Amino acid sequence: MKDKHPVWVTGIGLLSSHGEGPDAHWAAMQGGKPTNVDTSSFAPYPIHALPETDWATQISRRDMRQMEPWQQIGTYAAGLALEDAGAKGNEDLCGVMDMIVAAGGGERDLEVDTTVMNEARTANDRDAMLNERLSNDLRPTLFLAQLSNLLAGNISIVHKVTGSSRTFMGEEGAGVSAIQTAHARIAGGQSDIVLVGGGYNAAREDMLLLFELGGYLTHDDWAPVWSRKDNPGFALGSMGAFLVMESAEHARKRGAKPYAELKDVAGTHGPRGEGRLAKRLSDALAGMNVPSNSAVLSGASGATNATATETNFLQSAFPEAPIRAFGSVFGHGVEAQFPLGIALAALAMQRGEFCAPFEAAEREASEPLDSIFVTGVGHYRAEGLGHVVAVKDEETAG
Amino acid sequence: MSQYRDSKGRPIIAVTGLGVVSSLGEGKDENWRRLAAGESGIHRIDRFGIEGLRTTIAGTVDFMDLDVPSAPALSYALADSAASEAISQSGIDETDFPGPLFLAAPPVEMEWQHRFALDQQVQSDGEQGYSGLLKAARAGKHEDLYELLLFNRTADRLSAKFGTKGLPVSLSTACASGATAVQLGVEAIRRGEASSALCVGTDGSVTTEALVRFSLLSALTTNNDEPTKAARPFSKDRDGFVMAEGAGALVLESLESAMERGANVLAIIKGCGEKADHFHRTRSSPDGSPVIAAVNRALDDAGVGFADINYINAHGTSTPENDRMEYFSLKEVFGERIHETPISSNKSMIGHTLTAAGAIEAVFSVLTLQNQTLPPTINYDTPDPDIPLDVVPHKAREAAVTNVLSNSFGFGGQNACLVFSNEIPA
Repeated sequence: MKDKHPVWVTGIGLLSSHGEGPDAHWAAMQGGKPTNVDTSSFAPYPIHALPETDWATQISRRDMRQMEPWQQIGTYAAGLALEDAGAKGNEDLCGVMDMIVAAGGGERDLEVDTTVMNEARTANDRDAMLNERLSNDLRPTLFLAQLSNLLAGNISIVHKVTGSSRTFMGEEGAGVSAIQTAHARIAGGQSDIVLVGGGYNAAREDMLLLFELGGYLTHDDWAPVWSRKDNPGFALGSMGAFLVMESAEHARKRGAKPYAELKDVAGTHGPRGEGRLAKRLSDALAGMNVPSNSAVLSGASGATNATATETNFLQSAFPEAPIRAFGSVFGHGVEAQFPLGIALAALAMQRGEFCAPFEAAEREASEPLDSIFVTGVGHYRAEGLGHVVAVKDEETAG
Repeated sequence: MSQYRDSKGRPIIAVTGLGVVSSLGEGKDENWRRLAAGESGIHRIDRFGIEGLRTTIAGTVDFMDLDVPSAPALSYALADSAASEAISQSGIDETDFPGPLFLAAPPVEMEWQHRFALDQQVQSDGEQGYSGLLKAARAGKHEDLYELLLFNRTADRLSAKFGTKGLPVSLSTACASGATAVQLGVEAIRRGEASSALCVGTDGSVTTEALVRFSLLSALTTNNDEPTKAARPFSKDRDGFVMAEGAGALVLESLESAMERGANVLAIIKGCGEKADHFHRTRSSPDGSPVIAAVNRALDDAGVGFADINYINAHGTSTPENDRMEYFSLKEVFGERIHETPISSNKSMIGHTLTAAGAIEAVFSVLTLQNQTLPPTINYDTPDPDIPLDVVPHKAREAAVTNVLSNSFGFGGQNACLVFSNEIPA
């Protein structure tokens, strides 16, 4: 059943520290260096910040007012993907398009939080104070900018994608499940076309707080992913990464050109100690038929255990392959990380070439590119593996 | 083989296990007994201080045993209880569930108790706000708090305990989440990826801030005086929903797999339908078209006509807008027949269990089929003349029920419908 309907990537929508669109992101991969790394605003935490973005090209002023940045980023990137797929503004097509969004939660009102914490230090009755402050100080509509499924809700409102709407949660694994489910539904004939992806705002103290509680953030001086041995963890990256994926027959029928075929996706999960993570990755790869001379795009976060295990796994499974940790260029986008990896792989496949090493630990690419293996090993839980291959010219003929 | 396929050639989906917790109690026996008796689980909140709040009632679940109370801890405990019950009923090994987990769970946030505790650690340093919290985070080990606040933590723990396979999916489609979890399970089995799926919806997130948020959107009832009478779906004087907690769990299997292992098939899921709305963040399209499409898609997917539906488990939140919209949309699909089709709202008794609602109501839909009894809509003292439905007022009713439609709608334009049936191919 799996290969019944080949799954093509026909639209890519990217917004990150390198700007927007396929060309900017391909150039970023070629350059192999990060940009807009902000080391001061949230010191000691470096983040990959967004450049100035002209939001109005995708989102009306009225809709912008209803959103917080994480939703703006995602909604913007979703619009780019639809535009790229030739689907934007096509109400008939968007009206039957399925949607899967990988999301966390939205920004808190830090000012309100700070006021409450300050008052709590001296309040006689904390509950009463909390009730009063929250009832009076919270903006009524802020809740709608925080609910996980309201990124998808905003995409429906702004871009009229309404075939279906599902939001997956759970850090990196959410992005893996989103890509995996979209692939499975198309391959299995349950859907013709899916908008899938995620958005992440790194410029958030509430998010930095979460990851710092677990000790997962790199501090102070930024270094590329494989070079963080003494300063492990990730630098969060603001990003929106959306793809339009569709069955080959559906794409041919409407004359949409593919970037690449998403051949297979695997998602795994479980405790990681005692070699279990390494074994899960190997077992999953064994079920995927990925040529060992594939290039590798790793979504490694830089988290000590996860990234060390992934390094060993990749070196033994792909001993000669060029491996690139794209977090070195874009930062870590949590829910959006795996969708970003698949999008970058599709971009590379369409251009027919890989990129130069991002750091000394990475090997030069030598062989011609016809297969890319994408990883998304979550910093703490959940693993995703994707296989992206080229679509031959004769397959695209209508 | 063909007896295990539906008219579209897909594997037929059997329900072989059910579990539920609500403010009415733990387990389906207790829940069904009280639901059929028309009892309410809604009460005054005593989990936190209610001084100054516009709404002071909820259907909280206060009888679970938690080491350290928090919304994620309660959501997990509720899901654990419902899933244990469902798997146990199915007869499947409770530590080695052979299929994936689909979990509808509320979004997770750091709670005020955590912020206050961290803030206290840096108070004497003259730090305040988030820079203070970050400083406290850097200063110590906070692994337990970190794990608690991960969005995938509940699914992580459930999958470890029950041995579900693959990467568990945690999802949110707001108040339609529970139905979406069931739908994802149906789709996975239909694709042939798995022969079984554990579908769970849970919500233990009645906190001060959650309550205030819904209150600020004017979504909650302010009928605080008599808590058990506050949820009044389809009544003229309904004024909002009652927040509530609970969990529902269903074990789904391909009928073939269920028959092969001699499992007791409780019902089948004939079909699912969904459609998103682009009208507004909290309100439905005035013409009802997305809800109409979701219902029609569910009926089409199930291969049944509206005349085959004997009972509707309503979304029925008791907000002025939802109940009116649900009626008008159903009337578009069912025509005059909607006035003869019984429809009731479990939320009149257990309140709105939000993320869990679709799963809990799926469990109650199957129990309705098994018991051939329609649970009532209580508090229907002042019918809304604009909504002339047979809401099974006040008292449960015995009825011949073959096909049940269960509706779930949510903020963000979410609409999902499920069709359950007791027509089990022999």
